Amino acid sequence: MSVFEGFRFRRVSSVIHRLDPRVKFFYVCILFVMAVMFSELLPLILLFFVPLPFVLVAGVQREWLRSLRGGLFLAVIIFLSNFLFTYFYRQYPKAPSASLLEYSFAMTLRFIVLVESFSIFFLTTSPDHLGLALEQSHVPYEFCFAFTTAVRFVPVLADEAQTIMDAQKARGLELERGNFMKRVRNYIPILIPLIVGAIRRSLELAEAMESRAWGASEKRTNLYVLKMKRADYSLALASVLMLIFAVYIRLFFSVPSLAMLLNV
Amino acid sequence: MKGFANEMADEILAVIETRNLTYMYPGATKPAIEDVSITIERGEFAILTGPSGCGKTTLCRCFNGLIPHFYGGKLEGDVAVADLKVVEHSIYELARHVGLVFQNPENQLFALSVEKDVAFGLENLAVPREDMRKRVDWALQITGIQELSERSPHELSGGQQQRVAIACVLAMQPDVMILDEPTSFLDPAGAQKIFEVINDLNKNLGITIILVEHRLDLASKYANHVIVMDKGKVMLDDEPRRVFTSEKARLIGVGVPKATRLYQILGESGVHLGRVPVTSEEASILLREALKRD
Amino acid sequence: MIEVKDVYFTYPNGVEALRGVSLTIPDGEFMAIMGQNGAGKTTLVKHFNGLLKPARGEVVVDGVNTREVSVAQLARKVGFVFQNPDHQLFCETVEDEVAFALRNFGFEEDAIKSRVTWALNLLDVTQYRQASPFMLSGGERKRVALASVLAWDPKVVILDEPTIGQDHQQKEKLRHFIVQLNAQKKTVIIVTHDVEFVAECSPRVVLMSEGKIVADGGAEEILTNPKLVAQASIVPPQITQIFLGLSDLGLPTNVIDVHEARRILLDLMGVAS
Repeated sequence: MSVFEGFRFRRVSSVIHRLDPRVKFFYVCILFVMAVMFSELLPLILLFFVPLPFVLVAGVQREWLRSLRGGLFLAVIIFLSNFLFTYFYRQYPKAPSASLLEYSFAMTLRFIVLVESFSIFFLTTSPDHLGLALEQSHVPYEFCFAFTTAVRFVPVLADEAQTIMDAQKARGLELERGNFMKRVRNYIPILIPLIVGAIRRSLELAEAMESRAWGASEKRTNLYVLKMKRADYSLALASVLMLIFAVYIRLFFSVPSLAMLLNV
Repeated sequence: MKGFANEMADEILAVIETRNLTYMYPGATKPAIEDVSITIERGEFAILTGPSGCGKTTLCRCFNGLIPHFYGGKLEGDVAVADLKVVEHSIYELARHVGLVFQNPENQLFALSVEKDVAFGLENLAVPREDMRKRVDWALQITGIQELSERSPHELSGGQQQRVAIACVLAMQPDVMILDEPTSFLDPAGAQKIFEVINDLNKNLGITIILVEHRLDLASKYANHVIVMDKGKVMLDDEPRRVFTSEKARLIGVGVPKATRLYQILGESGVHLGRVPVTSEEASILLREALKRD
Repeated sequence: MIEVKDVYFTYPNGVEALRGVSLTIPDGEFMAIMGQNGAGKTTLVKHFNGLLKPARGEVVVDGVNTREVSVAQLARKVGFVFQNPDHQLFCETVEDEVAFALRNFGFEEDAIKSRVTWALNLLDVTQYRQASPFMLSGGERKRVALASVLAWDPKVVILDEPTIGQDHQQKEKLRHFIVQLNAQKKTVIIVTHDVEFVAECSPRVVLMSEGKIVADGGAEEILTNPKLVAQASIVPPQITQIFLGLSDLGLPTNVIDVHEARRILLDLMGVAS
């Protein structure tokens, strides 16, 4: 569960938290595009450090590190698969070259840059802020509503799952014993009440929604509105400039490899 | 037969009226409610009670259009709310006049903050933002939950959640508010608060209240009209004291307040108190008089 | 016998639910644990079948420390009926549902069949034996859940908020049933905030508030003590309130039952009861 802790929003406020989610998302997409543009290690190392000031200003270092730790397992797999596959395909039986090592690191780092960018986004954007951004981006209201309602009920379902487990344990159900098949089957008494409960809950929610004029108007109004402020425009501009710079480098310069620079 | 003028006066006073209302859920073999003819007048505080399965929940759903528009099924007879025939108007049209608060507090709150939930109905009705803000703040103030406005519903107690649910409905400024066993999951302190809020809405804002309840000991002191149902039919429809002391109520198994029960069993032994008490205070006063008499 | 020895318990989210609770429940006791929501009532009873283990202190059931055995082993002796039957029901038939715990505890198939019959009969749901539990009404589902717990005949039966959402007649039936269970020498513990219900059963009452026990005694003495009742944020039964309002006339203040009230009043008025 600790992997997910690295993505969960905490109710804290900072400049970063208050930025418009649409701009933050735009920024993260730009980072994504730039990470894909470069296969060389040096620019990717640079990209890795770019979001760090945001992490520090937002005060989410601990959770952010936890998300990186969560991605570590996959990162190792990416490194190994890139390295081993390319080695055996290209260089075997010679000794592995420094550039191969560098390339594998670069691919791994690209993945890590993606994980860290999205992690910051989710860590500094509250779910209702996100729902609001979706709404104002003209995503159909049904989807926004489904999203925020789902997020709203996650802790409720978690509590209910715990209660159901308690109730069935009190009837002698032992979840820890038995072989793999038995253990999977032991979760049926947990899943069925949970699913039936979810269906019942949906019916009650639907009744409540209808009773509060769901569907009354073609165009809903909103209690809150997202307004772009100076900080948002600055970030948007900075992102665009970053992208232009990156494209420029990509097109007109050849990026040196670290191995060459270190004369390995 | 009432004279025409009286009928006209009734028409203006009645905010909910049903005539021979019968309804069968889709696929059912028996009607859930049968031949229900009742009138709820504007400004009333009515209690709807009866054993489980008597049809009270079904009847409530007929008042805001969930029946027949959401549930389908077969509806016979007439039901009109605020002079609108329920079968002819969509649920969202009726939502402007009648609000429904449900039993389970958790399953009527969908937003991630209290004030967004309270605004939900107004957003659906496309109320402009400035008006919406005013109405949300007003509803939060009347139900006494302003400090909770930015909290997430999951963090709140059951009693607080129900007050939010009431605020959500109140913000839409309905003529009638129906509450279907709103205190089932609450402890007596929480239940008491809810009844006080509802009573406040009724006495100070003039909102007609229909309360479905089993806990008559706590709720009956606020009501001026009690309807008892059993097996889909209306058995009693009168003011509280007459309903509670009737033989029919005892046979149906209505849980009358203990104060009233004491009045009844004293009466069986030949001791008659001046009036029918429904609260402990009333009973104390009446007993004091009776004891002084001797 | 259940012994609770200076138990402290804090939930993972930091809420300290039990702060030094000590209690002894002898076999065959009929007890109501009362207090407002959040007082720690459900937390306490979850320690009796090992669902929760104390952070400090210990809970000993029939000489066995709950920390040393699994929930399944304790459940054999301590049956727990949860508030919402829908948190338990999952089988295709009521029969399977009631047999579930019996199968978990390793009963023989013949024993299972006869116990299921017995339990269904006890709760008056025999006619639904082959029915799907999901098709039954709320009250019937509650009875099936109760049957599924009684089927293995536990020594102790805990009912968590059994009166929620019940109408007057259902509560009456439940009350008779609980008294019957206790008459069969079972230890019956109900967790409730329904004062009128407790007033009619008159069990031993343990009042809790903010994680501590504030009172422990007979229903008449506890429910009629205005200070204790206020401390636990519950309201005294209506009959008690009536008599409290007449205390200056010399009437007794420990009355909770309506028939007792009538007897006292008629005596006072010199009328034959």
